[in-house]
Amino acid sequence: MGKYIGQPIPRYEGLGHVTGTTRYVDDVSLPGMLYIKALRSPVHKGIIHSLDVSAAVNMPGVAGVITAKDIPGQNAYYATDQPVLVKEHIRYKGERIAAVAAVDEDTAQEAVEKIKLDIEEQAPVFDPFEAMKPDAPKVRPEGNLWEFNSGRRRVLRKGDVEKGFAEADEIVEHRYVEKMNDHAPMEPHVAVAYIDENDRLAIHTVSQARHFHLTQLCPVFNLPISKVHLIGGTVGGGFGGKNEMQCEHVAGVMALKLRRAVKFRLSRKEDLLYSTKRGAFVFDYKSGVKKDGHVTAHQVRGVHDIGAYHTMGEYAVEKQCLYLAGPYAVPNVWYDGHAVFTNKPVASSMRGFAVVNVTYASEIQMNLLAEAIGMDPWEIRFINAWRDGDTAPTQWKVVAAGLIESMKKAAEMDGIELPEHLKAMSSRRR
Amino acid sequence: MKYTLSFTLNGCEVDVLVKPNDTLLDVLREKLQVLSPKRGCDTGDCGACTVLLEGEPVRSCLTIAMTVAGKKVRTIEAFTSGEGKLHPLQQAFHEHGATQCGFCTPGMLLSSISLLEKNPKPSREEIVEAISGNLCRCGTYLEAVEAIEAVANGEGKE
Repeated sequence: MGKYIGQPIPRYEGLGHVTGTTRYVDDVSLPGMLYIKALRSPVHKGIIHSLDVSAAVNMPGVAGVITAKDIPGQNAYYATDQPVLVKEHIRYKGERIAAVAAVDEDTAQEAVEKIKLDIEEQAPVFDPFEAMKPDAPKVRPEGNLWEFNSGRRRVLRKGDVEKGFAEADEIVEHRYVEKMNDHAPMEPHVAVAYIDENDRLAIHTVSQARHFHLTQLCPVFNLPISKVHLIGGTVGGGFGGKNEMQCEHVAGVMALKLRRAVKFRLSRKEDLLYSTKRGAFVFDYKSGVKKDGHVTAHQVRGVHDIGAYHTMGEYAVEKQCLYLAGPYAVPNVWYDGHAVFTNKPVASSMRGFAVVNVTYASEIQMNLLAEAIGMDPWEIRFINAWRDGDTAPTQWKVVAAGLIESMKKAAEMDGIELPEHLKAMSSRRR
Repeated sequence: MKYTLSFTLNGCEVDVLVKPNDTLLDVLREKLQVLSPKRGCDTGDCGACTVLLEGEPVRSCLTIAMTVAGKKVRTIEAFTSGEGKLHPLQQAFHEHGATQCGFCTPGMLLSSISLLEKNPKPSREEIVEAISGNLCRCGTYLEAVEAIEAVANGEGKE
């Protein structure tokens, strides 16, 4: 124990929290500030034929309206596939089409409702397995499967799974289905934008990833980094949801057009319905195990429902390659991972996304394998745990392995007496 | 049409012009710049907008502003003295790590303060019940209960 380790340390911003003086983005108000409300798609999939904002523009109290054609730079962010304001193709219900700035939110909302939108509704697809069929409605013109560098699936092959199954005494097959989650932080998405005294576009942001977002926003605004000032750092809960922007781009474009301070905040309902989610995953595992406890093979098919746009879908599926066999030395691993577009809100990061999802599946699979050979679930994990020098499914060589030591400590803390032959094991040797 | 609303806010008399459909939260945050009550859901679910009305915790987002005419409203700003001395519960929340993002903290503190004003020695169940309307997505409930118990047991008293 030293000065810090093992000692309670007060949160450095804790005094601000307990006195109510911490300033969050919605606490920022500026003189003459306008409020934004967005027109959102009422359909899950469709084509916009016409958009007439004149009735909104002419309403008393309205300062301005923006649509796709008001965006100074590229109308795309993230994998540059997601529009700030949709011009033509609607891919999920609630996508932003236009935004109104007015003296207050009630007036802005009233003006939004005056916008005339002619939209041709098309048949959507929600189920990722339906979306994978060749004749499914296309969420995207290029098809519903994300193109990895290994084709329309992430391919991972280590060893030979057929050989692994042949060596196994028992085979266990199981499907794991995981649903979408919302982050639901206490603070909904919000941004305040204005032109500052140095003629920079200043934006108060709830971003969890300010520099990442800065590089995405500059092409939208057609401004160099030196002309965009993202002010942030205080987040009322993010949990990954604030790795994604919901307000910053719209508020920035509006501030540039009107040269006025604007605030764009989502209601709780909008935040829940239209912000990004932890994407849904399905994993089909087929695994082999010998009677002595050695896992011989995992064959895994993964389907990740990434919603209407890409953002981190590819990254999620890539990450699973490292984790799908758990921290265990499995000689034969086969994986086909799909990232599938559906007409749903966008899937993105949330609290260990992809990792916890595939770990949930792989750890239950370990229990089922133990059950199949009548072995204790602790023992199968000790037998297969990574030792220094083992290789992960990605051929990455394990260094400083620590599962065995961690499990011994966990058992001790939980009052579980492990048998001597497990206690004698070490991550340093097999 | 706007009306003059007069009430006592953190010990001071205030007069403010309000619309009949303005909530107390709208008036506090948007008109009076009292920013500790937070707009978490605006539908009475999350408790981040909690204030004390005549000592009772209420959701200011569900309280029509005109209904507090002549009444006493307190927010967490009322509990820190000019010298920056904290209320024992503020001190305990800080020391027990009962805050993470901090967005729910003012509301949860006010529910706790109201509890101890009425019931200085609550049971653990009474503490849990008292803060059950204050959602914390970071999950600081355990630390909050421990902080309130510590104050009830005399910690932080001079």
